[in-house]
Amino acid sequence: MSPTAEARRLPDRGTGCGARILRSWELLLAVIAILIFIANTQASPYFLDPWNLSDATFNFTEKAMIAFAMAFLIIAGEIDLSVAGIIALASTAMGWALQFDVGAAGLAVIGLGVGVVCGLFNGVLVTRLGLPSIVVTIGTMSLFRGISYIVLGDQAFNGYPESFVWLGRGYVFWVVSFELVLFALLAGLYAVVLHATNFGRQVYAIGNNPTAATFSGIRVARVKMILFVLTGAMSGIAAICLTARLGSTRPSIAFAWELEVVTMVVLGGVSILGGAGSIPGVVLAALIIGMATFGLGLLNVPGIVMSIFTGALLIAVIALPRLYRLIRTGRAA
Amino acid sequence: MIRSFLRSREAILLAALIALVLLVETRFAGFAAPSNLAAIFNDTSILVILALGQMLVILTRCIDLSLASNLALTGMVTAMLNAAMPDLPMGVLIAAAIGLGLLMGAFNGLLVWKLEIPSIVVTLGTLTIYRGLIFLVSGGEWVNSHEMSAAYKALPRTEILGLPLLGWTGAAVVAAFAVGVNRTALGRAFYAVGGNPGAAIYTGIEVGRTRFQAFVIAGGLAGLCGYLWVSRYAVAYTDVAGGFELDIVAACVIGGISIAGGLGTVTGAVLGALFLGTIKNALPVAGISPFWQMAISGAAIIVAVAFHARRQPGRVILKPEAAR
Amino acid sequence: MKDTETDADPVLRLDGICKTFPGVVALADVELALYPGQVTALVGENGAGKSTLVKVLTGIHQPDAGTIRVDGAETRFPSAGAATKAGITAIHQETVLFDELTVAENIFLGHAPRGRFGLVDWTRMRGDAAAILDRIGARIDPRTPLRELGIASKHLVAIARALSVDARVVVMDEPTASLSQAEIEELYELVGRLKSEGKAILFISHKFDEVFRIADRYTVFRDGEMVDAGLIADVTEDQLVERMVGRSMDAIFPARTATPGGEVLRVEGMSHPTEFADISFTLRRGEILGFYGLVGAGRSEFMQALFGVTRPSSGTVTLDGRPLVIRSPADAIASGIVYVPEDRGRQGAITAMPIFQNVTLPSLAQTSRHGFVRMAEEFRLARRYTERLDLRAAALDQEVGTLSGGNQQKVVIAKWLATRPAVIILDEPTKGIDVGSKAAVHEFMAELAAEGLSIVMVSSEIPEILGMSDRVIVLRDGRIAARFDREGLTPEALVRAAAGYETAA
Repeated sequence: MSPTAEARRLPDRGTGCGARILRSWELLLAVIAILIFIANTQASPYFLDPWNLSDATFNFTEKAMIAFAMAFLIIAGEIDLSVAGIIALASTAMGWALQFDVGAAGLAVIGLGVGVVCGLFNGVLVTRLGLPSIVVTIGTMSLFRGISYIVLGDQAFNGYPESFVWLGRGYVFWVVSFELVLFALLAGLYAVVLHATNFGRQVYAIGNNPTAATFSGIRVARVKMILFVLTGAMSGIAAICLTARLGSTRPSIAFAWELEVVTMVVLGGVSILGGAGSIPGVVLAALIIGMATFGLGLLNVPGIVMSIFTGALLIAVIALPRLYRLIRTGRAA
Repeated sequence: MIRSFLRSREAILLAALIALVLLVETRFAGFAAPSNLAAIFNDTSILVILALGQMLVILTRCIDLSLASNLALTGMVTAMLNAAMPDLPMGVLIAAAIGLGLLMGAFNGLLVWKLEIPSIVVTLGTLTIYRGLIFLVSGGEWVNSHEMSAAYKALPRTEILGLPLLGWTGAAVVAAFAVGVNRTALGRAFYAVGGNPGAAIYTGIEVGRTRFQAFVIAGGLAGLCGYLWVSRYAVAYTDVAGGFELDIVAACVIGGISIAGGLGTVTGAVLGALFLGTIKNALPVAGISPFWQMAISGAAIIVAVAFHARRQPGRVILKPEAAR
Repeated sequence: MKDTETDADPVLRLDGICKTFPGVVALADVELALYPGQVTALVGENGAGKSTLVKVLTGIHQPDAGTIRVDGAETRFPSAGAATKAGITAIHQETVLFDELTVAENIFLGHAPRGRFGLVDWTRMRGDAAAILDRIGARIDPRTPLRELGIASKHLVAIARALSVDARVVVMDEPTASLSQAEIEELYELVGRLKSEGKAILFISHKFDEVFRIADRYTVFRDGEMVDAGLIADVTEDQLVERMVGRSMDAIFPARTATPGGEVLRVEGMSHPTEFADISFTLRRGEILGFYGLVGAGRSEFMQALFGVTRPSSGTVTLDGRPLVIRSPADAIASGIVYVPEDRGRQGAITAMPIFQNVTLPSLAQTSRHGFVRMAEEFRLARRYTERLDLRAAALDQEVGTLSGGNQQKVVIAKWLATRPAVIILDEPTKGIDVGSKAAVHEFMAELAAEGLSIVMVSSEIPEILGMSDRVIVLRDGRIAARFDREGLTPEALVRAAAGYETAA
C-alpha cells in the first residue's frame, strides 16, 4: 500500500462543467426569472419601457444588498433578524443628525456607523456569550426599532438635503440609478469574496460543520463576528439608500423587511441549515422577486397578494424537488 | 419540591414579575390590586395561549412564525361568517375557528414532517401566504363592530367571578397544558424529540410525527385566538396582529423555553407572556410613553436569553472526590 | 452455524440478515440464536457490524434481507416500540439518554407507569426507578436531572432503562466500557440473576476475560459476517482472537526498526477541572507513543486540550525546547501539533465538501495568493497527499461523505499531513474502517515515524497498541495509570492497568 512509482492519477473533477450547471439551482432560478419576464411582457405593454424597468429595480436593490451579507451569515449557520431594526435605527440617527448640518457624506457615515455598531452588538452577543443568533436578533430587532420609536414616537424626520436624496433617487446615466450601480458592484464584490477567497471557503466550512472547522484551525468566532458586522454595515447602507429615496424617517421604516430578506436568500438556494448557497443565486432570487412584484403591480394586484406569491414560491421551490424524491422513493419501495 | 422550584429559572422570573408589579405600584397605587391584576391577565390571555402553543413547537426544535397570520386569517373568517350569518351559533363559529387553525397548523406540520423542510422556512412562507389570504377572502375590506352580532362580541367579555370569559379561556388552556405537557405520553414526547432526537427514536417516539402534532396543536390554539382577538377588539382587517408572531417567540424566550429544544416549562411560558403583558399595561399608568414598549421587550429578550444560557459540561470523567 | 445440542429452543433467531449503507456492507448474511437462561457473547473488531446488529434487533434499522424469529414465529420490528413489545431490550453503547430530563423519566420514557385517566403517575415512576437503580446497586436519586451525572452514572441509568421493561431478551453493547471495577462486579451479578430468571442475553464485549467469565456461548463477527459460533467451553482465548482478527498478529503490523531520536514534545502537569488530571509525558522524534484506556478514560479529552479545543486548568507544553501557548486549534496547528479526531464525521471531515477542499482547509495559506484561492494549487496539494495514502475515489472534487469510512479517514489524515506537522495525534485512527484501509494506515504510520514524524496514537484496540507503539501510557479515570516500554508490554498488563485491578505496573 506504500506509494508506488506509478501512483494512480486521481482526476481533479469527476463531472464536467456543463453537467454541473445543468443540475444547478441557479439554472432553475434563471428559467423562472425568464418565464416571469416573458409573462410580464405578455401581461402589460408598459413593462418593456426602460423607465418602467428601471423603476422596477427599486423593488429589490436595497433588500438585495442586505441579502448578500445575510447569505454569508446563513451559509455560516447563523441568521440576523434585526436587519430591518438596524435600518430603522440608522435612519433615525441620520434624521436626528440633520440638525447638525453634517452634509450628505456626514449623514452616510452616521448611517453606516450605526449599522456597524449594531452588527458588532449582535456579534458580541452571539460569539462572545455563545447565544443562539435567532433569539438574540429577535431581541435586538425589537431593541433597535424600539429605540427609533422612543426617539420619534409618531413623529417623522424630514428635510434631507438634495445631495443626500440623490443617493436614493439619483441616476448615474440614463435609466441606470445610483442604487442599481451600487447593487451591481456589491453583487460582484460579494460573489468574489464568497467564491474565490480563503475567507469564503472558511464560511462554507463553518456552515457545513462548525466543529470540524474549529478542529481545522479556523477561528470560527472571529469569522462569525466579521459576518455580523458586515450584515450590520450592509443594513446601514440600505438605510442610507432607503432614507434618501423616501426622503423621510419614520420608526416603521422597512417594517418586516427581515423576513423578505431571508426569503430572498433562501429562494436564492442558500440552505437555511448552512453550508451551501451562492451569490448568483441570491441575485437571481432578487430579480425574480423584484420583477414579479413589479409585474403584478402593473396588473394592479395589491402588494399583500404579491406576498402570497413570494411565500408560495419560497415553499414551492424547496418542497417540489423533495416531494418528487419522496414519491419516487415511495414507488421504488 | 419547593426548594427545587426556588432554584429554578421560573422562580427568578416570578420574582422579577412581582418586583415589576410592586415597582409600578409605588408610582401608581392600585396597580397591584387584584382586580387590576385580573384585568392584566385577561388582557394577556391571548399571548399566554399562543406562547403555550409556540412552546410545544420550540420544544421539538422547530419554530412557528405563522401563528399571528393564522390568528388573523381565522379571525377574519369568523367575523365574515358572523356578518353574513348572524344566526350561526357561537359554538359552530368557534369550532370553525379552531378547525381552520388546526388545518393551517397541519399544513405547516406536514411540510416539516413529510418533506423535512426546516420549520423556519416553512413558516416564513406560510406567514406571508396566510396573511395574503386574508386580503383575498376579504377583498381588503374591514369587518367593523356594527357588522358583528351582539353574541359574537359579548362572549369573551362575559364576566364570571370577576374575570371575563377571555381570561377564563386562558386559564383553562394553562390548566390543560399543565396536565397535558407533564402527564401525557405526547407531552413528554415533545421534550424527548427536542432534547435528543436521535435518542427519541430509541424510545419508540417518531420525531417527525411528534413535530407535526406540535404544529397542529399550536395552529388550533391560534385559530381559537383568532376568534378571541377579533371579538375582543370588535374589528377585523388584513393587518390584525401584524408582527405579533415575534411577541409570541419573545414570550417563550423570556419564559426560558430554549430555542435549542427540549427545555422549558408551562410555568415559564405563562410567566414570560405575563411579563410582556404587565410591561404593556404598566407603561401608560407609570406615565411612560407606550413607544418604550418595543425597546423594553427587546432588551428583556436579550437579558433573558443571556441569563438562561448554559455551558455544555464535558463528560465529567474525574470522580467527584478526585476532582475536588 | 452447527447447532449443538440445546436444552431449549432459541427465543430469538436471526437468519440471513443483510444490511447495507451507502458504500458499506454492514451486515452480510448474518445468523444468530439466543437461548433462554444463557449468555451469548458477541465479539468482533470495531466496524465488524456488532452495533448495526444491535440496531436491527431493536428496530432502529430495518434489515434489507433476512428473517427475525421470536419463539419460532417470523416477525418484523418496524420501530423501536415494536422490538420492545416483542420483549427485546438493549443497553446501547452510545448514551441514548436525555440530559434535560430526570433520571426517573430517562428510565421510563415511552413506557411510563400510568395512573388515573391514563395520566403519567410520577410518584410511582420515581418509586419504580428507585427500585431498579437499587437492584443494579446504583446510588442515584431518581429525581436528579441527568445532566448533573458523570459518565459512569449515566451508563448505570442506561442499564436501568433497559431493565425497566419486562424483557425476555437483553442486549448489552459493551456495558462495562466506562464502569469502575466495583460497578462491573455488580453488573456481573446482575447478569447472573437475569440468567437465572431465564432471560436470553446478548453480551457484546472487547474484554476477553469478561467473555470467558460470564458467557455460555460465543459468536464472532468479522467485516459484517458471522465467521464462527459455538460454546465458550469449546474455545480458547487465542482461538477467539484469531477468528476475530482473521490473521495471525505478526502479519498485520509493519515491522518497526528505526530507533526514536531526541525529545520533541514535553507535556508537564496538564489538568482539567472535570476531565483529566496531572498528565505528563515526553515524545521523541520518530516515536509512536500509544495511549490506551477504556472508553471514557479521558484520552480524547486530554488530546483535545493539548490541541487547544478546550482549555486545561494547568500544565505546560514544550515543543523542540520552546514553551507553547495554545489557546485554539489554530495556535496548535501553527506550532506544528495536529490532531486527527476520533469522531470522523463530526470533528474530522466536512462530509458535504469535496475531497480537495477538505485537504487544503488548514493549509489555505499555502495554496492561496493574497487571500484568493488558487484551485490548481489546491488540487496539486490534495493529490500529493491523497495519492500517497492510496485514496480510492473517483475524483478529487467528490464529496467526502460519499467515500467509505476508510477512505474518509485517509482524507482526514491527508489534510493534517499537508500542514507538515512536527507532531501528529491520531485518535482511534482505524476505528470503523475496513481491514485493507486499516493495514494501509498502519503501514503509513510506520513510514511517517521512520521519516521522523512524532506520533501520538490513541487506541482502544489492544493489537493495534501492541503492534504499533514504541511506548504506551494507560489512562484510567482521567489519570495516568501506568507507563510501559516495549518490553513488559502484554495484553494482560494493559487490561489490568486500564480496568484498575490491584496489580498495576
